[in-house]
Amino acid sequence: MNTASESWLGGLVAGLGPVGEETMSRLHARLITRADATGMLDVAYRTIDSPVGSLLLAATGQGLVRVAYAGPAGQGYDKVLAQLAERVSPRILRAPRRLDAAATQLDEYFAGTRHDFDLALDLRLVHGFRRTVLTQLREVGYGQTASYAAVAAAAGRPTAVRAVGTACATNPLPIVVPCHRVIRADGSTGQYVGGTAAKQTLLTLEAAA
Amino acid sequence: MTAFEEIVTAYGPMVLRVCRAVLGPADADDAWSETFLAALKAYPELDPGANVEAWLVTIAHRKAIDVTRARARDPLLVERLPEPPQVAEPTVGWDAELWAALKALPRRQREAVAYHYLAGLPHREVAAITASNTDAVRRAAADGIATLRRTYPGNTATTGDTP
Repeated sequence: MNTASESWLGGLVAGLGPVGEETMSRLHARLITRADATGMLDVAYRTIDSPVGSLLLAATGQGLVRVAYAGPAGQGYDKVLAQLAERVSPRILRAPRRLDAAATQLDEYFAGTRHDFDLALDLRLVHGFRRTVLTQLREVGYGQTASYAAVAAAAGRPTAVRAVGTACATNPLPIVVPCHRVIRADGSTGQYVGGTAAKQTLLTLEAAA
Repeated sequence: MTAFEEIVTAYGPMVLRVCRAVLGPADADDAWSETFLAALKAYPELDPGANVEAWLVTIAHRKAIDVTRARARDPLLVERLPEPPQVAEPTVGWDAELWAALKALPRRQREAVAYHYLAGLPHREVAAITASNTDAVRRAAADGIATLRRTYPGNTATTGDTP
């Protein structure tokens, strides 16, 4: 039996040239350009750094579809990407350009110079009453807060206070759809999809403006 | 189902090596791009239990044939993209002697070597991809490797290695 030894094979692989970061990012750039041009870039995403930690931004051809906080340490965005693959499309590529406007506006928001986001949103991940709640949330202006009960009333279901909490906890577009502005009736911060510390950071940022 | 980005990250380098070994430096990038574009298109329909390596190599094999045919049909393409290619970057780090040795192999041997030794597919899978049978593929891979060991001793660090 004619077998190839490991180190000779290693030499063979090395002789085929590098397939490192530089080579792969050149090919990757070409792939996303062609995927976009042929309408196959169903979901583009990138990550950004922010005062509330790393954020993942994802967009379909219709608009921003997801803003996600990194999970608990080390978890990264695997779950977020898996959810997008399942609920939108697995044709997902890291393609920053589609997120340029969102990234810029978030930077401006965190710098305190932007109070409203002017972005096309794709709300396909939210249905029913939760979508009604998110629509209502966009009426709560920069620097303001509203109680869960007030949002429930504004959304037309005054008794659905818990459902408002659920809508906030499952908001696929935190920060841009400002669920951080919904606080408890007693004035305490309450829970947040990005953690209570992040919520406090956002409220403090907006109060300072 | 995992995001396609993870497929590119996990298997992109392997597919590029396979394209380089089968087609050489001038056409490998094109074949890689065509392979992953076709894979992206078909990805939502991929059976969740499918062997992703075998699936990608199957596509790469077809794309390599397309690239070879395109060159045969259009001599101008060969003129425009001579070997070695005018674009220097894709060949940086390439061992010209290795491609000379690979190119001298019959295509079936080159494919068997690439798909079995570089992609890690069992002979049975390689046979399915290349419309051959397991024994013929095993022989082609063994003959290809035997010839390469003679014609491509490798770099100094590996020359003295014994099987």
